[in-house]
Amino acid sequence: MNFDRITEKLEILADAAKYDVSCSSSGAKRNNQNKGLGNSTGMGICHSYTEDGRCVSLLKILLTNHCIYDCAYCVTRKSNDIKRAAFTVQEVVDLTINFYRRNYIEGLFLSSGIFKDADFTMERLVLVAKKLRLEENFNGYIHLKSIPGASDELMKEAGLYADRLSINLELPTEKGLKLLAPDKNREDMIKPMNYVKNEIIVFKEEKKLFRNTPKFAPAGQSTQLIVGATQENDLEIIQTADSFYKNYQLKRVYYSGYVPIADDARLPSLQSKVPMVRENRLYQADWLMRFYGFKADEILDPNLPFLDLDVDPKLSWALRNQHVFPIDIQKADFEMILRVPGIGVKSAWKIIEARRFSQLNETHLKKLGVALNRAKYFISYGMHFGNLKFLNSSNLKQFILGNTKSKYQDQYNAQLALF
Amino acid sequence: MNILLYDHTFEGFLTAVFEAYEFKLKQVKIIKEALQTEQLFAQTRKVFTQAPKAERVYQKLKSLIGDLGLHRMLYTFLSEYEDIETHLWAVVQYALSNPNRNIIQDFSHPSVLKLSQYAQMVHREKHRMEAFVRFRLTLDGIYYAEIEPDFNVLPVIAKHFKDRYQDQKWMIFDQKRTYGIYYNLHKVELVEMKFANHLNKQEGLEMLVKDEKLYQHLWQTYFKKTTIQARKNSRLHIQHVPRRYWKYLTEKFVV
Repeated sequence: MNFDRITEKLEILADAAKYDVSCSSSGAKRNNQNKGLGNSTGMGICHSYTEDGRCVSLLKILLTNHCIYDCAYCVTRKSNDIKRAAFTVQEVVDLTINFYRRNYIEGLFLSSGIFKDADFTMERLVLVAKKLRLEENFNGYIHLKSIPGASDELMKEAGLYADRLSINLELPTEKGLKLLAPDKNREDMIKPMNYVKNEIIVFKEEKKLFRNTPKFAPAGQSTQLIVGATQENDLEIIQTADSFYKNYQLKRVYYSGYVPIADDARLPSLQSKVPMVRENRLYQADWLMRFYGFKADEILDPNLPFLDLDVDPKLSWALRNQHVFPIDIQKADFEMILRVPGIGVKSAWKIIEARRFSQLNETHLKKLGVALNRAKYFISYGMHFGNLKFLNSSNLKQFILGNTKSKYQDQYNAQLALF
Repeated sequence: MNILLYDHTFEGFLTAVFEAYEFKLKQVKIIKEALQTEQLFAQTRKVFTQAPKAERVYQKLKSLIGDLGLHRMLYTFLSEYEDIETHLWAVVQYALSNPNRNIIQDFSHPSVLKLSQYAQMVHREKHRMEAFVRFRLTLDGIYYAEIEPDFNVLPVIAKHFKDRYQDQKWMIFDQKRTYGIYYNLHKVELVEMKFANHLNKQEGLEMLVKDEKLYQHLWQTYFKKTTIQARKNSRLHIQHVPRRYWKYLTEKFVV
């Protein structure tokens, strides 16, 4: 191998791939059989963390950054004057294997710019996965990008070798897509996603009949939405995410705060900050939908299309719905306990378990891991109503904020500080 | 008081438990041999590790506190904290005096709680080591890694690496405890050796294959390039990758 050339390619193609947020390596079980390489237990491992604090679990690269499209938000857009490079299939295989053998990574996340056409690109991505599985007997994790417009036959093959397939919607609305990526259309993205969804359902059915049915994308599908590149409000983003969770049974929707990379009148200026707090609030809202039984239109409604930056969406919901509280911790349903700010899924279960044995009080809740600084205003324990006098006051939000400190505090103010 | 000295092994500890009951000793304290200090008014007795005795205690405990209980005991043992014998012994006594119920989830008992906390800490370290081990390919064709874990986790990470790397010889060496585990393509063995110089230093480099440095360089390149500068957050980085582990992390040192 010519290492200088490989190093240069890696520099270019890792740099271009870093805006893909997903680095999950969990959810797929592959047992090492016949003295092969690699073993996935279904538990992901973060082998390292970047200096921006994100997990490094997979070798995340583009096969090439040559691209026929000109999407304004993307560094590898056709009109951008940057160095271009392309790995050969064998080079990606060698890198993956050698990194994996040294315990640097859990596997590969391969994406690509689109060269020639969709199928031509997809075919090469599939070839990498196929080589890894069949020639190298590799049982690590493989995440492949589905290329918009790829044919069903290629998607079928991709699902046989990859653990996860993903296709990035990038812009939450079609309007935004038209504005920033005029060559793309949503139909092309949805078609492969829909095909994979149906194949996964077919696989699950067949698996019931034949134990040896070959795996099909065992870690499911995911997608990614850019936040803050276009004018969409949080409600539109949440609704898009919600409809994709429902209609395409996605495992995850990732949100990526737009990092300014281009001087383009359609986009935020190069000086604008990455909307990290907004991104964080969207993830919290996403969790509320997936694990807490909230509906998209409960988290936000058309009159309030943006998430509060200074309080999390669950607390925000509670403040808007003060009339449903206080909740009696001893008697309330699991679903209602989950809605109390400061109580997570784990502590809600523990409360259900523990209250069978004794009357719970503040000390118990603290030990179970409840964030009492928020929860105490919304719950009652049989006889004690200590903090509830604040519940009906109009300045409850200010009161709670005054008693807690967020590490994001300095980023709440949209206004510039003077000094 | 009766002091029982054992040989620092888990089996040795279980043998000591057996003998404490065998001889109906009162006020027992189980101590590692090397940590012995002269005690007034105490009976000291040395325990010779015997597999059959250890096995009987093991089976008895299994019937009382189950796999989860034994798992917590073993992990606590690997934490190497000074007070582990006290808590382990207290839990054993508590379990034996409550034959009709499994006490391992009874967190109102201080030692039971302690065991679950220690086990959790060791579990975290185990998971970290599964992530932070970095192999280097030596001229002997062995993928070699060094670690300095907070706790003695080699015995519990062996399976993970054996399942994963079945077609390559590898060795993970614990610098702090000067022993390692070696996989010879068939099974994992314990190895003890004293390295005059370890591979971390410059003079060790000629023991590595030619491409090794290049792959390390590629990995560092990748690590650097995958960071988004506009989102840099050093506090979070250090929280996830504490400084004490950097010494053996390829991406954190300069080749």
